Amino acid sequence: MKVLQFLFTSSIGRKVLMALTGLFLILFLVIHLMGNLQLLKHDEGYAFNKYAWFMTSNPLIKTVSYLLYATILLHAFKGLYLVFANRKARGAKSYGSYNGNANSHWTSRNMGILGTLILAFIIGHMSDFWWEYKFGDIPWTKYETSITDESTMVTDITSENHGVHIRMGVAGDKEVFITKDLYKETVEAFEEGWLVALYLLAMAAIAFHLWHGFSSAFQTLGMNHPRWNPLINGLGKAFSILVPLGFAIIPLYVYLLK
Amino acid sequence: MSNKLDSKTPAGPLAEKWTQYRSTVPLVNPANKRNLEVIVVGTGLAGASAAATLAELGYKVKAFCFQDSPRRAHSIAAQGGINAAKNYQNDGDSVYRLFYDTIKGGDYRAREGNVYRLAEVSVNIIDQCVAQGVPFAREYGGTLSNRSFGGTQVQRTFYAAGQTGQQLLLGAYSALERQVGLGNVKMYARHEMLDVVTIDGKARGIIARNLVSGKLERHFGHAVLLCTGGYGNVFYLSTNAMGSNVTAAWKAHRKGAYFGNPCFTQIHPTCIPVSGHYQSKLTLMSESLRNDGRIWVPKQIDDKRHPNDIPEEERDYYLERRYPAFGNLVPRDIASRAAKERCDAGYGVGPSKMAVYLDFAYNLKNKYGRAEASKLGIDNPDDATLLRLGREVVKEKYGNLFDMYKQITNEDPYEVPMRIYPAVHYTMGGLWVDYELMTTVPGLYALGEANFSDHGANRLGASALMQGLADGYFVAPYTVGSYLSKEIHTKPINTDHEAFVQAEQAVQARLDQFLQVKGTKSVESYHRELGLIMWDKCGMARSEAGLKNAIQEIRALRDDFYKNVRVPGGQFEFNPELDKAGRVADFLELGELMCLDALDRNESCGGHFREEYQTEDGEALRDDEAYRYVAAWEYKGGSDWSLHKEALEYENIKIAQRSYK
Amino acid sequence: MGSEAMKINLKVWRQPNSKAEGKFETYQLNEVSPDMSFLEMFDVLNEQLITDGGEPVAFDHDCREGICGMCSMFINGRPHGPKQGITTCQLHMRSFKDGDTIVVEPWRAQSFPVIKDLSVDRSAFDRIIASGGFVSVNTGNAVDANSILIPKDTADEAFAAATCIGCGACVAACKNSSAMLFVSAKVSQLSLLPQGKAERENRVIAMVDQMDKEGFGSCTNTGACSAECPKEIDLSNIARMNREYVRAKLVSK
Ligand SMILES: Cc1cc2nc3c(=O)[nH]c(=O)nc-3n(C[C@H](O)[C@H](O)[C@H](O)COP(=O)(O)OP(=O)(O)OC[C@H]3O[C@@H](n4cnc5c(N)ncnc54)[C@H](O)[C@@H]3O)c2cc1C
Ligand code: HEM
Ligand code: SF4
Ligand code: FES
Repeated sequence: MKVLQFLFTSSIGRKVLMALTGLFLILFLVIHLMGNLQLLKHDEGYAFNKYAWFMTSNPLIKTVSYLLYATILLHAFKGLYLVFANRKARGAKSYGSYNGNANSHWTSRNMGILGTLILAFIIGHMSDFWWEYKFGDIPWTKYETSITDESTMVTDITSENHGVHIRMGVAGDKEVFITKDLYKETVEAFEEGWLVALYLLAMAAIAFHLWHGFSSAFQTLGMNHPRWNPLINGLGKAFSILVPLGFAIIPLYVYLLK
Repeated sequence: MSNKLDSKTPAGPLAEKWTQYRSTVPLVNPANKRNLEVIVVGTGLAGASAAATLAELGYKVKAFCFQDSPRRAHSIAAQGGINAAKNYQNDGDSVYRLFYDTIKGGDYRAREGNVYRLAEVSVNIIDQCVAQGVPFAREYGGTLSNRSFGGTQVQRTFYAAGQTGQQLLLGAYSALERQVGLGNVKMYARHEMLDVVTIDGKARGIIARNLVSGKLERHFGHAVLLCTGGYGNVFYLSTNAMGSNVTAAWKAHRKGAYFGNPCFTQIHPTCIPVSGHYQSKLTLMSESLRNDGRIWVPKQIDDKRHPNDIPEEERDYYLERRYPAFGNLVPRDIASRAAKERCDAGYGVGPSKMAVYLDFAYNLKNKYGRAEASKLGIDNPDDATLLRLGREVVKEKYGNLFDMYKQITNEDPYEVPMRIYPAVHYTMGGLWVDYELMTTVPGLYALGEANFSDHGANRLGASALMQGLADGYFVAPYTVGSYLSKEIHTKPINTDHEAFVQAEQAVQARLDQFLQVKGTKSVESYHRELGLIMWDKCGMARSEAGLKNAIQEIRALRDDFYKNVRVPGGQFEFNPELDKAGRVADFLELGELMCLDALDRNESCGGHFREEYQTEDGEALRDDEAYRYVAAWEYKGGSDWSLHKEALEYENIKIAQRSYK
Repeated sequence: MGSEAMKINLKVWRQPNSKAEGKFETYQLNEVSPDMSFLEMFDVLNEQLITDGGEPVAFDHDCREGICGMCSMFINGRPHGPKQGITTCQLHMRSFKDGDTIVVEPWRAQSFPVIKDLSVDRSAFDRIIASGGFVSVNTGNAVDANSILIPKDTADEAFAAATCIGCGACVAACKNSSAMLFVSAKVSQLSLLPQGKAERENRVIAMVDQMDKEGFGSCTNTGACSAECPKEIDLSNIARMNREYVRAKLVSK
């Protein structure tokens, strides 16, 4: 591992680490969004709950998710460390007048603040959903899908079924899926206006973080080429708008349709 | 004639002198080198290259500069290029031709042996710089590119856009920093040398002032190399950097080093004219522009039309008219005087009427525009297309110069001709040195623009960079070694030595003197006044009466300086006013010597033009019988100097009246 | 040319030495010509201060034509003032309006301590170059210049990187006081050219180590450095240095 030590000890190494972790998080955002979009299906949460169950039970995915938590922590703490170290590099006195807008985009100068907003969101988000899903009191639902005509019967079993576990199986000509209903939990949560507002704010923070961060990661990794720059920049801008927008649609949709 | 002025030029045929010298010069063995200390004052091309090379050889080197970094020496500002007799263009160049051009360009007032050696090592310079990673301009095939400079008919100038000096200096600076990193050179930036210390007649160290703390320091060296640049700033307005000064050379002069040809000043023909009384310096537009720019004035006196509205037949391309063989590429002294002649006759242009046009339209269109158009296969291109295509090419060649011009004047030289006027640029004069670059003080050397050596009465363009690097990389390391080979038994002298103490006391007294005047006038105001006197009476044209008058004025100004100057602040702080006071005080003494020298030289040659001595058509009239010598002045105290003459012998060149017609 | 004189108010940082607390002082100049350079305006101010018995403002400058890299003023929140691609000494007063108030400060970075007023100590840059910003070739070791063929594009790119004047505006502009642009310009120049290839790994590692040791911040790719660089050194140099660095770390022994 000595070869990788530089990722923690030198300025460029630390930056490379930020870029690698950032890109990994970007990848995660894509997957997460694909899952979330299942919420928009009119299937009373069948697909979404299945996805949630898959994500929390598959051993491979589980490992990846721990990697993900580590990545977030690493990215966040290294990022904040850099913010403070970089502030120190200015010295005891800072400028009386500093016109950053003349030479750089505000997002690039506020990655720490945007990141902190994201971090706060992630913590809230995890306790709202991940913690609740794992340990909290949340509704239970049973889906029985007929194998012959594909129709699904949905029953709320929250009150009656305290001792049950998530199950997936086939009973007769029906596929039975008993699960904690994260879908319902989510939909109910998004009926709260203030929560939706917080979500939107967080998505904006991610958008702005990536407005700079996406292409910046490529620059950090040494990819700066006149032929490819327009593509990377274009992709970055598109990504930073579309992905957070995708996330934002869900609470908005739920809230507006309640 | 004093025997101190022995040039020590080796005997033998010209082409073999240097080889002969190098192969017979005594050497110092590596173990002894480590015990020998060399002080290098100045880190321009000459100083940085010398310090780096001496350190590579194993000597212990201390280097000094007054800027905050060695990389900022004035050499950084050189624009156009560096000559070398590589003959890469296969246009008939050779070491001999470069030698010949330099002697002729210098109006037969330079020493043959030195100049030949310069031409000889010029080729090694380019090799060395390329090896260091200096990014010279190249052709598509990957070979080095060349351009022409004034006073020559071959293309031997190597360049890096309009930033050749920068690239060369950064090369030398990186070599120097490498030695700093290795611990072989100790670098003292923001230090100003304020005296040479001599012990038993030999240079043994310096007194320097740390410009940040203000403290005086004593430094010992077995030899001291002054690479401190030129003194053009005696004119106040010049193309030199603000800090360029004569102080180091002047202190050496006062300690016994003779000053050679102090009046030989180069006035560069193409500079941006003065725009107001607040003007602090003048900006050069490189001579390389004369490759592609045509110089003209209107044929009609006081023509108020916009230059672009003046038709071709009403323009006077006076250089092409007067010097058809060299045209716009005549040497600098000639081009400058011709501009002055036109302006004095009333044909000048611009608000001050003290300017001429340098016009690129013709070559933008006809030379580059057409070439590009035919490359691109455009038949019958219109003027706009030609201009656009030509602009691209010119931008690549001189882009930064054009931008610089636009910054200063707010006019776009791609569209309107530049307005230019001559300005002080370079000083051929300097400390007298022999073939080994040693001054008349043993162990004290002068390299680069600080010495008087290779350019006679007029320097050709792109030759100063060549000389600085030749001296530093290839000449001094041998010649200084020769001196040091006899010093291996000299132990480092403790700086408590009497001589150091006394020198420091003298420096201290002088600083105190400046601070104690407590008058009302700024140092700058004296500098400006001195500059005016020098420019009017010891500038492009000089006369006996004017010079005599100037000497009186300078003396009066000097007296006034010590009565009324105000140097704010104290010694033990960062105090640029105090630094400047010392420099201006030295200029006030040098100015007098320059006038004295100009007065002595009853002839016109190169940059020295005495109105009394000119041909019927206004060309310089040399007097080879009486003045074919180097004037080396010995300081006698106060306003007293005695003149020593080093006769110049030309064995390999036939002296002729210079003609560029 | 030669237009009306302007009134200019200056708010200038005054600090007697590196240890003292500094503060802003306000000055008024009544006869500023639009054709004056910014530094010439300071000459006028200093002349006024000296004749009035005050202390002139200390500032660094030398060539006054944008090449030595000595001048260094932070003007209205930007290094070298409001215009692109120029140094302080190349800034002319025609870029300002009659009645303007201009705030002038020194470069601010932990690694560039203030010496006095507007002068700072940039010797950190020299130490970075000394750590590896060279080709190790002793005088006399060179082969014929034309025996090294270098494609024009490569030579031009190396030259563009080599035009850095070491002024430190990149550090001054950067919110992190990062010296990446400066260091990468040298690393790029030498790693592009065949002459510099032999030492490319050692060079980049040594220079980055020294840069870190000097206390400069790291890079967030804000681009402020390149936007304010008087020589318009391109950000691609930083990318190249990152590449060189990672490569060196992964392949060097
Ligand atoms: C604008 C301009 C353009 C030019 N263009 C060209 C060109 O294209 N081609 C060409 O061949 N020539 C050109 N020249 C001339 C050439 O640049 C100089 O002659 C040459 O660079 C001088 O080099 P140097 O090493 O002798 O001195 P400099 O580069 O002047 O260095 C002097 C050094 O001495 C130090 N110093 C001085 N006094 C002291 C002191 N008292 N104590 C401590 N240190 C001191 C300074 O800090 C500096 O490091 C140009 C000159 C100018 C002004
Ligand atoms: C969705 C989650 C996140 C994603 C996708 C993400 C992505 C990125 C990317 C791609 C970069 C650019 C890296 C580079 O310039 O090389 C970056 C930089 C940064 N991120 Fe994040 N990030 C996320 C969360 C966070 C969090 C939670 C923080 C912590 C507080 C944070 C703080 C930072 C900081 C400070 C930087 C700038 C680092 C620097 O100075 O170079 N980010 N991020
Ligand atoms: S990179 Fe630009 S801003 Fe930075 S030191 Fe070099 S020239 Fe100045
Ligand atoms: S004074 Fe030299 S760059 Fe400004």
